[in-house]
Amino acid sequence: MNSARTRLLRGLSTLLAGLLFGFGLSVSGMVHPEVVLGFLHGADFGLMLVMGGAVLVVLLAYQLLPRWLSRPVLDHHFHTHQSRWNRDTALGAALFGIGWGLCGVCPGPAIAALGTGNWDLLWALAGIALGALVQGLRARTTNEQAKPTI
Amino acid sequence: MIEFLFPMGWQHYLLGGLCVGCGTALLFALTGRIGGMSTVFSSTWSWVVRRPFFQQPRFVTSRGWRLVYALGLILGALLWWLGIAGGAPQATAIPAWQLLLGGFFVGYGARLSNGCTSGHGICGLGSLQWPSLLAVLTFMATAFLSANLAVRWLP
Repeated sequence: MNSARTRLLRGLSTLLAGLLFGFGLSVSGMVHPEVVLGFLHGADFGLMLVMGGAVLVVLLAYQLLPRWLSRPVLDHHFHTHQSRWNRDTALGAALFGIGWGLCGVCPGPAIAALGTGNWDLLWALAGIALGALVQGLRARTTNEQAKPTI
Repeated sequence: MIEFLFPMGWQHYLLGGLCVGCGTALLFALTGRIGGMSTVFSSTWSWVVRRPFFQQPRFVTSRGWRLVYALGLILGALLWWLGIAGGAPQATAIPAWQLLLGGFFVGYGARLSNGCTSGHGICGLGSLQWPSLLAVLTFMATAFLSANLAVRWLP
């Protein structure tokens, strides 16, 4: 499971998965902040279809694969990521929404936009990177969410 | 009704969403990894910032594959841009300061709440976790507010 060949295959799988993700974000127009803001302004409900389509596939995968397979194809175990509802989650989600409504860019599209040659969105990418840095600098190291969940 | 809800058509939205879902599902099937997107912004800082927060195992042990995943995202978008959009110049009319400031809140908030539209939205809802559902409802509500206030107040 940790031979050089398996690690290479895991890397390639991760790259391919990201590629599908980025292609989907582009096809659906989520890499255009105007489309996202159009949804938030109530002018176009497309984002619901994007989210719904993605959640449907992932729901099936997360529920069924661990029943069908004892482990993922290239590793020892299926990861789980427990989310928690606490003050940080609530406040963070609220702030995330405020920012998202202001710029129409969330983390995935900010990265994918690099591949579409939309250099304007580098501003958003820089903002997100900076926000993540400041969050980490302000955070208590031993917070609840610091427990390894992967 | 369809034209009212989706003035630009609905097929590309559904197709794109299914594609995004397939990417996340493929990552899970082959490697067992949960493919949220916002963590890469913290894990990548762990290479340069020595502060204990960034040196947590959850960032240090995943920073390699998260960056590869992000690279895949760029390649997928590139494939669309050159293959389907014909390399047409892409730009946005949203002012730089709005992108930068909005982005800052997006990054800060997503990392504080430990997930974004993909982490809480796609992966969290996909694994039927109610804290993620609450997070999604929260950020959707504040995003509606902020987007509509911005339209009203900004030039």
